[in-house]
Amino acid sequence: MEETLRFKLNGKPVSLTVDGDRLLLWVLRTDLGLTGTKYGCGESFCGACTVIVNGEAVRSCQTPVKEARDKEVVTIEGLAAGNGLHPVQKAFMEHDALQCGYCTPGMIMNAYSFLRKNPAPSVAEIVEGMDDDLCRCGAHKRIILAIQAAAKEMHGGL
Amino acid sequence: MNEYQYWANDPEEAAVPMDRRGFLKTTGTGIFLFFKIRDISFFTQEGPGRVAQQNVPSDFNAYLKIGEDGRVACYTGKIEMGQGIVTSLAQMLADEMDVHIDNVDMVMGDTDLCPWDRGTFGSLSTRAFGPSLRTAAAEARRVLIEMASEQLKVPVKDLATEGGAVFDRTNTKIRTTYAALAKGKRIERHLTDPVVVKKPSEFKIMSKPLTRRDAREKVTGKAQYAGDIQLPGMLYAKILRPPAHGAKLLDVDTGEAGKVEGARVIRDGDLVAVLHKYPDVAQAALSKIKAKFDTPPANVDDRSIYDHLLKVAPGGKVVAQAGDLASGEKESSSVLEQTYLNAYVAHAPMEPHTAVVKIEGKRATVWASTQAPFGAREEVAKELGFRTEDVRVITPFVGGGFGGKTAHRQVVEAARLARLSGSPVQVAWTRSEEFFYDTFRPAAVVKIRSGITGKGRISFWDYNVYFAGERGAPHFYEIPNHRTTAYNSSWVGAEGAHPFATGAWRAPGNNTNSFARESQIDIMAARAGVDPVEFRLQHLSDAKMKRVLQTAAEKFGWKPAKSPSGRGHGVALGIDAGTYVASIAEVEVNKGTGDVRVKRVLAVQDMGLVVNPAGATIQMEGCITMGLGYALREGLHFKGGEITDLNFGTYEIPRFSWLPKIETHILDDENSPPQGGGEPAIVTMGAVIANAIYDAVGARIFELPMIPSRVKEAIHKG
Ligand code: FES
Ligand code: FES
Repeated sequence: MEETLRFKLNGKPVSLTVDGDRLLLWVLRTDLGLTGTKYGCGESFCGACTVIVNGEAVRSCQTPVKEARDKEVVTIEGLAAGNGLHPVQKAFMEHDALQCGYCTPGMIMNAYSFLRKNPAPSVAEIVEGMDDDLCRCGAHKRIILAIQAAAKEMHGGL
Repeated sequence: MNEYQYWANDPEEAAVPMDRRGFLKTTGTGIFLFFKIRDISFFTQEGPGRVAQQNVPSDFNAYLKIGEDGRVACYTGKIEMGQGIVTSLAQMLADEMDVHIDNVDMVMGDTDLCPWDRGTFGSLSTRAFGPSLRTAAAEARRVLIEMASEQLKVPVKDLATEGGAVFDRTNTKIRTTYAALAKGKRIERHLTDPVVVKKPSEFKIMSKPLTRRDAREKVTGKAQYAGDIQLPGMLYAKILRPPAHGAKLLDVDTGEAGKVEGARVIRDGDLVAVLHKYPDVAQAALSKIKAKFDTPPANVDDRSIYDHLLKVAPGGKVVAQAGDLASGEKESSSVLEQTYLNAYVAHAPMEPHTAVVKIEGKRATVWASTQAPFGAREEVAKELGFRTEDVRVITPFVGGGFGGKTAHRQVVEAARLARLSGSPVQVAWTRSEEFFYDTFRPAAVVKIRSGITGKGRISFWDYNVYFAGERGAPHFYEIPNHRTTAYNSSWVGAEGAHPFATGAWRAPGNNTNSFARESQIDIMAARAGVDPVEFRLQHLSDAKMKRVLQTAAEKFGWKPAKSPSGRGHGVALGIDAGTYVASIAEVEVNKGTGDVRVKRVLAVQDMGLVVNPAGATIQMEGCITMGLGYALREGLHFKGGEITDLNFGTYEIPRFSWLPKIETHILDDENSPPQGGGEPAIVTMGAVIANAIYDAVGARIFELPMIPSRVKEAIHKG
């Protein structure tokens, strides 16, 4: 059913007439042209599609767009202000925490939301917090290092 | 900047389509240096399909351009899929030419801009392409110095280069830049004679760790993959798939799908697809199609496959031999005969196969996730009946390949649907399509008979590998009587062997072969009552391999002991893509459940000259992490042509919680030519874990993956 939805996307208001049952992933990627959010499995297994809705990491491949109504959605494109980089993005770059880069936006978004809840995590907590995010290239070791570094850099503030 | 060409600098150039001859005319002013891969044997020995020698262009297959803006670009058909050559190749170029690395552009995998290249696989980019690139860059620098000598009236011997400038050593104020030298000129040189390249002691950029040059795009979501290409009027296609390989479409009712607003149903023979401007709507419409298939009976499944393979195996080909097996056997005090198995393994790159095709008149433009853009171009040209040069394949960032993206079914499908629909079409496979149409690492069998003498020497070695491929099959130990035979010596099976497609999977053949060989060596060490590191050293004469193993043992803190020692320590060696690897692992085995926890993996490798130590380290870490998968969990489930693992819910790949402590060391060997880096450290992962399990609990696992039930069963058997 087509409906008009309003929500905030990367800090800016959007208004969209769509079938509210369509999945946020595809609406972001096609209707809204934000292709940084990736499809990896479509069934909640991989985390490539992770975006932030009202501060929580959600899997956009499982989220009907109508659930974003009146909420704040942040995608990888909107994580940092302007042309700058968010400390998590910077840490991923500095620690070479990526290879093909396809899992990277989802990893960063999940790490961001995880660090909001746990600003000074142990390695075991990072592993637990990231465990449902898949990376086929095997960048895991570096991703953990990057998240630790980002946590330090942010001193608990985001 | 053309948004699809991250490494192209000149927007005009990136946008203008050119055929192979045409691009010489249209690349504008500048200094051009054409070169080819020196050692052509690299191209013919392995890789997807078979390319006849005469198809390899003999004039050049890459070129450099020094532009009026002082930027230096390398045009190559190689592609970046995560392995990091966008960084390491640029390092070579910048160092040899004395330009700042930020002024280097890598233009990769665009069939209109880049000369023909067979593809990116086999760890060849650095070891085969790299040396040629370096000589070309050195030659370009020489040409620039000559030009500067004329312009500045300074003898060549007094000139030096730095940061894209040429200057007089005796008076540094007398100088010019590469940009100035290239201005308004069109100079073409072909590299023919050997050129002197820099000595390792002269390196400023090479052999120094450098973080990825493409990281910024990738962490900001700006990096575009094939699925991120959106063209005006483009439709997303979702295609009706059979329930099993070999199934035939009997009947189809597309009525309901056609009623979905905006959906277009296309039927062309067996191809049934729904096109829509939104991929999810196309998918939803596709699910409304009712289809009947005739599925052939399943004659084989993941349990019976090994018997089947042995039954249909073609005759063997001896790939290595010496001495006499029978006399070796006579000298043996004990003979060991074992069979090793490994399951089909999926590539499962995080980015599924994707392609966009746009047709304009008699020309087609293709954006594809591919490891072989020139191969994709040929397939599209054939499908559309176009001339090859009228098809342009552009390779955006590729989200992982591992050998799986040398197959291009999705590109051909997109081309076909673009023609049938008259619109640009994107085909992006779902995860289940990715599993279904993968060219899996083949299930394989290795049978080894070997013996040891009363003195603990290996007396003979009769090695037979079925369907894995011969890469990594020959051993590297001192064994007087040995023979290595490959039955179906490629990873692509003979007709009727496999129920679905198989192909090259990261270090093809070698994972299977190293698992079998290094397990068998360990069994013999245990039989001889000798520490497994010591036993290997006793049978090695190759100094390089010895050094790799000794370093690994030392760094790990290996304490010699007869296995099983109960500590859970295992060792394995391998050679792949010219690189020598020694791995040592520590595991913990839950005897009740059979669950294996890998606690620590240490790998040492000798890969010759290392261009980017940071990149090489990451590749090793990636190999170790990915290798945990095929060692412990990855084995495809299927019934005949029906693949029953269609997503990550049942097909488990390594995740954070599996991560052992990973330690990597690269030996200093800068005076040897560079060897492969993207594959070697994965080949030992099966054996090193199997050997560590044996050391922990005294149970030997002969089949990969080593899932808990299999380990538990082996423990109970004792
Ligand atoms: S695409 Fe959403 S979890 Fe994999
Ligand atoms: S970097 Fe390739 S999947 Fe994670």
